[in-house]
Amino acid sequence: MSWFVSYYRTTVGKKVVMAVTGILLFLFVLGHMAGNLQIFMGKDQLNAYAAALHSQSFAPILWTVRVVMGLSLILHVVASIQLTVHSWNSRPQKYAKIRYREADIAARTMILSGPIIAFFLIYHILQLTTGNIQPSGEFALQASGAPDAYTNVVAGFQVWWVSLGYIVAVILLGFHFYHGLWSWTQTLGWDHPKWNGLRRGLATFFCVAIVIGDIAIPLAVLAGWIK
Amino acid sequence: MNLTLNIWRQKGKIGKFVKYQAKDVSEHMSFLEMLDVLNQELILKGEEPVHFDHDCREGICGTCGMVINGLPHGPLKGTTVCQLHMRHFKDGQEIWIEPWRSRGFPILKDLMTDKSALDRIIQSGGFITVRTGQAAKAEAIPVPKSDAELSMDAAECIGCGACVASCPNGSAMLFVAAKITHLGFLPQGQPERMQRAINMITKAEEEGFGFCSNYAECEAVCPKNISISTIARANRDFIRASFGYGAGKGGKAL
Ligand code: FES
Repeated sequence: MSWFVSYYRTTVGKKVVMAVTGILLFLFVLGHMAGNLQIFMGKDQLNAYAAALHSQSFAPILWTVRVVMGLSLILHVVASIQLTVHSWNSRPQKYAKIRYREADIAARTMILSGPIIAFFLIYHILQLTTGNIQPSGEFALQASGAPDAYTNVVAGFQVWWVSLGYIVAVILLGFHFYHGLWSWTQTLGWDHPKWNGLRRGLATFFCVAIVIGDIAIPLAVLAGWIK
Repeated sequence: MNLTLNIWRQKGKIGKFVKYQAKDVSEHMSFLEMLDVLNQELILKGEEPVHFDHDCREGICGTCGMVINGLPHGPLKGTTVCQLHMRHFKDGQEIWIEPWRSRGFPILKDLMTDKSALDRIIQSGGFITVRTGQAAKAEAIPVPKSDAELSMDAAECIGCGACVASCPNGSAMLFVAAKITHLGFLPQGQPERMQRAINMITKAEEEGFGFCSNYAECEAVCPKNISISTIARANRDFIRASFGYGAGKGGKAL
């Protein structure tokens, strides 16, 4: 443990923590999206999937994932705040004129897209996991008493501002991944002339896939394809 | 050509931009020669000339450096400011000239900064230990051509500090990584390789430089076009070293 602490004190240590937790969070987002795309296969399919996730036998896995994600998120956020403060300290006086050649908008807004996504995440959990916020009225339950995931998603997205907020958050998430998915390869030192070109390509591919896959759901609801 | 210059003037802690008119500038002048002419005028008028760093004026010593219209070393890629010529500017253009801005580079006066932090980083680990005496034969230890090439690419670093100046985090990582890569590709660099990564990176932090967010801005302004691949290598060495890998090479858990 003391080893981790002294390692974490260095900025590269913090960056490694951000990279590793970032990968874990990305994998969750990917899996979460893949699961939820089952909404296109109908109400029964999605609700069966939701029920399976909440079944007794799946509970240990569910809670492991929740704990790992929670810890990853906390570490990711704490490290990012510490690093940002460090960065501000490194340039006490700003430039009057500044031009960028390479540093793209996604990279330079990580510290903005991050917190916005975090706020969205809180809302997202309150709306669809715990049901504390119900923009459409009631938290729908099935006859068996289990939450009716399908109805809750559809009813929620039929409220235009819920869909809009969701779409904006997912696009910001895409920006965040655009830089993050490339950046972690550098931080962990995964650099090789043979596949350096591929790193940017894969990062772009996954970030586009996630944005399209996630946005498809509210758009389908708004268009009336899913009801 | 005629130019309007906004130059950062600083004496002591606080500075400000002062406007100057540069008249009849020849397009064949270098940027520093243009400032020399301005300084002559200022001296004749009894004013204090603009202080700026320079030495070789051949783009090889790394002494010069200023941020011109938001870009370290100015608009021409892969060039130091001493090798930048006025033909890259337009008649009537307004130019903003600032010093490197970083906690690690205190401003001494006007455009002149104290870059000795970079020397202290080198002292912390950017060297190899050899017995002095007669120079060893160059071919005594064979080095694969490809490794020698990559090592030499990194060795091109002249320590000008443009990477720090351009980095939104004020990070010196490209400078540090260039040295780690330069020595890390060579057999002579192996004995201290792991300790070097730890020492140089932690020293850079101590000196007040930021960390690397992989903006790649440093690579784009580096007058020697040093690649951020070197940073990935430095990170790799640092990670392996702090996992205790290569204890024989000076690696140890932090
Ligand atoms: S004065 Fe030596 S590099 Fe510019």
